[in-house]
Amino acid sequence: MKILVCVKQVPDTNEVKIDPVKGTLIREGVPSILNPDDANALEAALAIKDTEPNVTVSVLTMGPPQASEMLRECLAMGADDAYLLSDRAFGGADTWSTSNTLAAGIRKIGDLDIIFAGRQAIDGDTAQVGSQTAQRLDVPVVTYVQDIELQGDKVIVQRQMEDGYELIEVATPCLLTAVKELNEPRYMSISNIVNACKKEITVWGHEDINLSPENCGLKASPTQVFRSFTPASKGKGEMLNGTVKEMSTSLISKLKGLHVI
Amino acid sequence: MAVKIVAEKCKGCSKCIDSCPFSAIVMENKIAVIGDACTGCGVCVDECPFDAIEKTDETVKKDLSDYKGVWVFAEQREGQIMPVVIELLGEARKLAAEIGTEVSAVLCGENVDSMTDELFAFGADQVYFADHPELKNYRTDAYTKVIKEAIEKFKPEIVLLGATHIGRDLGPCLAVKCDTGLTADCTKLEIDPEDKKIRQTRPAFGGNLMATIICPNHRPQMSTVRPGVMDKAEHVPGRKGKAIKLDVSFEDNEIRTKIIKMVKETGELASLIDAEFIISGGMGLGNPDGFELLKNLAEKLGGTIASSRACVDAGWIDHSYQVGQTGTTVKPKIYFACGISGAIQHLAGMQSSDYIIAINKNENAPIFEVADYGIVGDLYEVIPTILEELNRSS
Ligand SMILES: Cc1cc2nc3c(=O)[nH]c(=O)nc-3n(C[C@H](O)[C@H](O)[C@H](O)COP(=O)(O)OP(=O)(O)OC[C@H]3O[C@@H](n4cnc5c(N)ncnc54)[C@H](O)[C@@H]3O)c2cc1C
Ligand SMILES: Nc1ncnc2c1ncn2[C@@H]1O[C@H](COP(=O)(O)O)[C@@H](O)[C@H]1O
Repeated sequence: MKILVCVKQVPDTNEVKIDPVKGTLIREGVPSILNPDDANALEAALAIKDTEPNVTVSVLTMGPPQASEMLRECLAMGADDAYLLSDRAFGGADTWSTSNTLAAGIRKIGDLDIIFAGRQAIDGDTAQVGSQTAQRLDVPVVTYVQDIELQGDKVIVQRQMEDGYELIEVATPCLLTAVKELNEPRYMSISNIVNACKKEITVWGHEDINLSPENCGLKASPTQVFRSFTPASKGKGEMLNGTVKEMSTSLISKLKGLHVI
Repeated sequence: MAVKIVAEKCKGCSKCIDSCPFSAIVMENKIAVIGDACTGCGVCVDECPFDAIEKTDETVKKDLSDYKGVWVFAEQREGQIMPVVIELLGEARKLAAEIGTEVSAVLCGENVDSMTDELFAFGADQVYFADHPELKNYRTDAYTKVIKEAIEKFKPEIVLLGATHIGRDLGPCLAVKCDTGLTADCTKLEIDPEDKKIRQTRPAFGGNLMATIICPNHRPQMSTVRPGVMDKAEHVPGRKGKAIKLDVSFEDNEIRTKIIKMVKETGELASLIDAEFIISGGMGLGNPDGFELLKNLAEKLGGTIASSRACVDAGWIDHSYQVGQTGTTVKPKIYFACGISGAIQHLAGMQSSDYIIAINKNENAPIFEVADYGIVGDLYEVIPTILEELNRSS
């Protein structure tokens, strides 16, 4: 069985700070990490490899050359091989373009039984690339997957809903997007780290995956960023003073004055 | 793809004219000219003995002016229209008024014709509805097919979907099938006063940055819209509109997933979005029993409790109570943040509450930056005192 996991290197948005003077995003010193949901997707693939015979797990990313660091991390967690789609022409891609490029890469790798993606990447938070890649590959997709059980050439998954879940049956090949609740990602192991250093990462540009530059990156993206800005903060209100009792009375009289209670 | 004549190479032999299946080529001054009937099929390119006809890469652009009207995906679950649909209809009416166009809802399900009146009452001028047993519950393949066909046939200019677990599954698939862009999880929509195109604003980088996205050359312009953000449409009982039935048929194996069962775990979801008073607790509660104290205040005010993600991760409370970027967006009259530090991802889900009251031991907690009223203190002292005072004064 062949499994592929789409992974993305993202800035750790917990560490992103806003420059208080310029009001812009400070990116320097912000560590790059494996997107959290993608770590869950990779763990799901590795868990299948742990229990089933003859499973290979590949990881695929589209990104700049330094994304290979993250791919090494995935190899060190236990992935068998890694593919990096890297080309100037891929830059500035929206989800339309990203899914087009990933799908071309996946076609070239070929013969996959399960493709995993994360539900959403924390830089853009769009949660679109997984579904869109599946549409381009013409395979069924289940998003928000929080539990997986293999049954021959079928997969039984739990799809998380706002108020519970749906139990869904889908035949392979299929694409599944993972949520945090799916599992607890493993750490890298020493032996895998050693192996990961010896492995070659396959790097492909647009010609390798038969895409013309017009069909990737910014050029092919239907959506464009018109402008970006830091959200206006609501502005600090009033700090109440005094004893707990005084503060409580003052709060209640203020709220009554505003006719909200 | 299109074709063009390279005038220097054309010898006027007229072979291309005979080859053209669409009679689109004429001869002018002994040089071939491609006319309006050309479909870009390329037959002539191979026929020309002098390589005087070339394919050009410039794709035949869709005529954007064919696309009209604002559509709302009328998501229903078990025969109930989702609350976000009413918010979308409210927003769609505003956008449509600015463009000078109509609002339509698109509804899929089984025995849904009874729901059309409700959609008219909430402002839809038209309802396109698809009625089929296979559409009873949402499934990606089935809904994508039906709505994609409707979009191709009726050509809406704008399509809005709720950013629910269903809308965020359907939207991306539709966008690829209709070959257009999609902006996820929007919190603000505006019409550009000049070109009448839509500007879609959404949070990115965990809410640290806002981005305004446009989709200039593709139609429809599509967005998923975060529930709980837009104002609800006005309900006008008896308002009428036009119901248009969509043709639906499925081939064997066209719908590639099967729902074995649907499991409900909580029923609190709607009450969080609609609540006027929310008493929300964070790690400062120290233990799950702390929510009992918050419940007392919630009951007193006629509201509900909620929580930060940290408490959900700790297993203190169910995910459906979580407020924030990866939880629910709320805008109650009053939001009490008790023992919540105020991480950006939490603020993303409650910042537009009418009044925010923060109770926190740490006077430097970021939550105070967004609070209308701040109380520095131990929530286990402050909340019981507030309760006492409320009881005394009422
Ligand atoms: C991708 C991503 C998505 C996320 N999405 C969300 C989301 O949707 N919603 C969300 O909430 N978070 C989200 N988070 C997590 C967020 O970053 C914070 O970790 C979380 O909100 C912190 O929760 P907290 O404020 O309850 O806990 P803490 O940060 O631990 O804060 C506890 C606070 O309680 C105060 N305190 C302690 N004891 C008392 C007491 N007795 N009385 C009064 N105050 C007391 C402390 O001073 C402190 O300020 C997300 C994170 C990531 C990376
Ligand atoms: N550049 C990329 N390379 C590989 N996978 C990606 C890329 N962008 C997105 N994905 C995958 O698609 C998921 C959803 O991403 P997004 O739609 O950007 O939120 C991610 O969790 C990844 O699994």
